[in-house]
Amino acid sequence: MMLLTIFSGLIVFLMAFGLYQRSRPILAIKPLTELLFSTSWHPLRGEFGFFPFIMGTLWVTGVALAIAVPLCLLTAIYLSQYAHRRVREWTNPLIDLLAGIPSVVYGMWGILIIVPLIKNHIAPFFGIFSTGYSVIAGSIVLAIMIFPIIIHVAVEVFRSVPYEVSEASLALGATKWQTVKHVVIRKAMPGVIAAIVLGLSRAFGETMAVLMVAGNVAKVPSSVFDPAYPLPALIANNYGEMLSVPLYDSALLLASLVLLLVVLFFNIISRVILIRVERSIQ
Amino acid sequence: MSRRNIEENVFKGLMVVSTLIILSTLVLILATVTVKGLPALNLAMITQTPKGGYYLGKEGGVLNAIVGSLYLAGGATLLAISISLVVVLYLNVYAKKDSHLAAFTRFSFDVLWGIPSIVYGAFGFTIMIFFGLRTSLLAGIIAVSLLILPIMSRAMDEVIRMVPEELFDASYALGATRLETAFKVIARQALPGILTAVLVAFGRGIGDAASVIFTAGFTDSIPYSLFRPAATLPLAIFFQLGTPIPEVQDRAYASALILTVIILIISVVSRILTKKFTKHIVK
Repeated sequence: MMLLTIFSGLIVFLMAFGLYQRSRPILAIKPLTELLFSTSWHPLRGEFGFFPFIMGTLWVTGVALAIAVPLCLLTAIYLSQYAHRRVREWTNPLIDLLAGIPSVVYGMWGILIIVPLIKNHIAPFFGIFSTGYSVIAGSIVLAIMIFPIIIHVAVEVFRSVPYEVSEASLALGATKWQTVKHVVIRKAMPGVIAAIVLGLSRAFGETMAVLMVAGNVAKVPSSVFDPAYPLPALIANNYGEMLSVPLYDSALLLASLVLLLVVLFFNIISRVILIRVERSIQ
Repeated sequence: MSRRNIEENVFKGLMVVSTLIILSTLVLILATVTVKGLPALNLAMITQTPKGGYYLGKEGGVLNAIVGSLYLAGGATLLAISISLVVVLYLNVYAKKDSHLAAFTRFSFDVLWGIPSIVYGAFGFTIMIFFGLRTSLLAGIIAVSLLILPIMSRAMDEVIRMVPEELFDASYALGATRLETAFKVIARQALPGILTAVLVAFGRGIGDAASVIFTAGFTDSIPYSLFRPAATLPLAIFFQLGTPIPEVQDRAYASALILTVIILIISVVSRILTKKFTKHIVK
């Protein structure tokens, strides 16, 4: 039993090691900086520049967070501080359900609803032509996908703020919102950051939904209506041809390794913050 | 009205609006899936495999994906149960309260939980190459079981931690060994929670596409052995949505509806389980 426990604790390292082993052939030939910062992506010529994909990921993730964070924090404050218990009993299962919907279904919904909406209404409104398959489409779908995780963690964090602290503020004549703004949010800040970082890392690695709506053009996007080609989409899209082009598989597994390390980094930070928050309450 | 009261009401309004926005996206998604999927759904859709190639053929249904998904998620769930039950019982019965190993394992599960499924797929692919496997049901099962292992383990761990200390003491006092206590007392006490964890993990496994795209592949036929490629519902949606042929796209819509209904059933059943069984266990 102990061996199995140790083994399961070591899976992370095993994954990093396995992917590293497979990406060594390309690391042996090309310097890492060139791989990460070159914009030239021509696998047939042996040029593997990840920069457009890294920028695609950053664009999509950034815009998704900009949409999701305000909505989620307002909702989390509402559910934890204002809402009646009965409202919470209704909303919790629904938000859980949102978390359970598979990402391909989100992707399909994005193609059917969001992409036409952007093509026919939003982009023309700004006087821009867009096919609809764009950074903004990917971001909207992603934002919806990370709603549940941010809300879930943020509600927990807000509720963990001791009630006496808010009571003291209310007793001094502050309104409920003033109490939330000056006392609850300040107290819960580290936990809120952790919630956002967890959402961020989810968005960073999400593959199928983004792959389906973001357009997949290997160019650094310059506006939200441009198509983007995020890193996870690149990996998923090229599994077919990667074994027939030399070094291609190695490059894609290096991309997975990069993804793994970045997400690992974000996750460890947010988990450490959450553990601290938990301890400070007890 | 004073300024601060206006501010209070403005923000309260904003909060209600954002809650409604978030809930309405759920309604919108479910409505879209139903409106598109329901007309496409018929008996042939769920009893036949696609004819003339899943990408171009207009006839047939998605039986290959339904069966493939059930095999794959079922196999992965079984594999994950056998690992996580042992690990979780070890963490709670054998390991000491302040054990470094326990803390490390829990932390690593939390971290694993956040790793994107495409990375599990890529890792599954490296395992496949290492063992000389081709895209197959087995490779898919391995990748998906790694994906759901942390979800299942953390959920089980939370439940078993709730089991009162006295129950352990009572069992030891009756002369039971730790192993007997773990499997006969604690596992039984936590059974509803364990079942819920299993269902949630199954739901996650059946809905994931990125981890199986490399490993399980896609095929028109129903897999008859672990070493054959297997079709899955999420990939049936993904691939068949990409064609210009409306009949083929219908198969994607139907798959999406079937998948969503499976997820809905899982979520309802696990809620009922939690409610029903928590009544009867020792508190």
